[in-house]
Amino acid sequence: MAKFNKKKSADTPGVNTASLPDIVFMLLFFFMTVTTMKDSSIMVENTLPNATETKKLEKKDRVLYIYVGKPTREFQKTYGTEPKIQLNDKFADVSEVGDFILQERAKKPQELQNVLTTALKVDSDANMGLISDIKQELRKVNALKVNYTTFEGDAFSNIE
Amino acid sequence: MPRRGAPPEVNAGSMADIAFLLLIFFLVTTTIETDSGLDRMLPPIEPPDENVVIKQKNIFTVNINKNGQLLVEEELTDLRNLREKAMAFLDNGGAPSGSPEYCSYCKGNRNPDSSDNPTKAIISLKNDRETKYATYITVQNELVGAYNELRNREAQRLFGRDFTDMEAEYLNPETPEGVREELKEKVQRVQDLFPQKLSEAETATN
Repeated sequence: MAKFNKKKSADTPGVNTASLPDIVFMLLFFFMTVTTMKDSSIMVENTLPNATETKKLEKKDRVLYIYVGKPTREFQKTYGTEPKIQLNDKFADVSEVGDFILQERAKKPQELQNVLTTALKVDSDANMGLISDIKQELRKVNALKVNYTTFEGDAFSNIE
Repeated sequence: MPRRGAPPEVNAGSMADIAFLLLIFFLVTTTIETDSGLDRMLPPIEPPDENVVIKQKNIFTVNINKNGQLLVEEELTDLRNLREKAMAFLDNGGAPSGSPEYCSYCKGNRNPDSSDNPTKAIISLKNDRETKYATYITVQNELVGAYNELRNREAQRLFGRDFTDMEAEYLNPETPEGVREELKEKVQRVQDLFPQKLSEAETATN
């Protein structure tokens, strides 16, 4: 019996951690592929209004973004403080919105071209005049599906 | 004299640490965010072929002036009462029973001077060029909310489930195809009971 007892005396073996780097690398690659660095920096102030009846914007590949708001401080010297439209990486005029939509639409695959949504990310302080002009331009190029992007929250906090 | 024999192995013990560091960096920078907002359809630019005559009582006018004040049906209204008023209008069902436009599911006042049927009722929204965007969104939110509340009520009655809930599941790309087919029919049915007819006229110039 003594023979058997001797064998047991060794302490419990540690968990083998040799595969730990592999696991971590796997996670790493997952997050590396999922991460999208912001493709365009926002050059306008963009405090979105609140709303409660929101719907989620699924499928990012079929969304075009239009930003509207006051230029941020570093751009105020050149562009003033009136709300401006930002398309991709530059400020634009209302008349350029239509062309922008057509260009972006042409870049998308054929099957998505008819289901695109235009997300309007508009600062709460912007005036409706500019938005109406944009809407008119969107109607001209038949981009009728719009989404007024908002934060989730009490809508009445907008007017206080 | 340099040592002979196999070169010493590089110690890989710290590899896990390095990988962890990178992992944490990407974990922190990743934002899997989904935007949300109010979905709206703009009217097509071509005017309809024939002029449709719409009875005045079927139109619910909402005017927003540049100070953010609301004129609802020629009456100065607080924003907080807008949803209630819009619901009362949509749900009115003023057509007399027996007429083809009679609304069997309406629970409103059946006022003959207000809308005949939810399918006929139109909300016309006008705003000034100087109206604040935030005010406009609040108004839109309230009007969409009015439709959603009525649709929820009908969806609860018919299917025992909220309309907004069903719609969200229907629009979610992760919902299985079979479930979506089934939901599509239900969503469509409730939408037909209270179709969203929200007309946005071009803005007033002054």
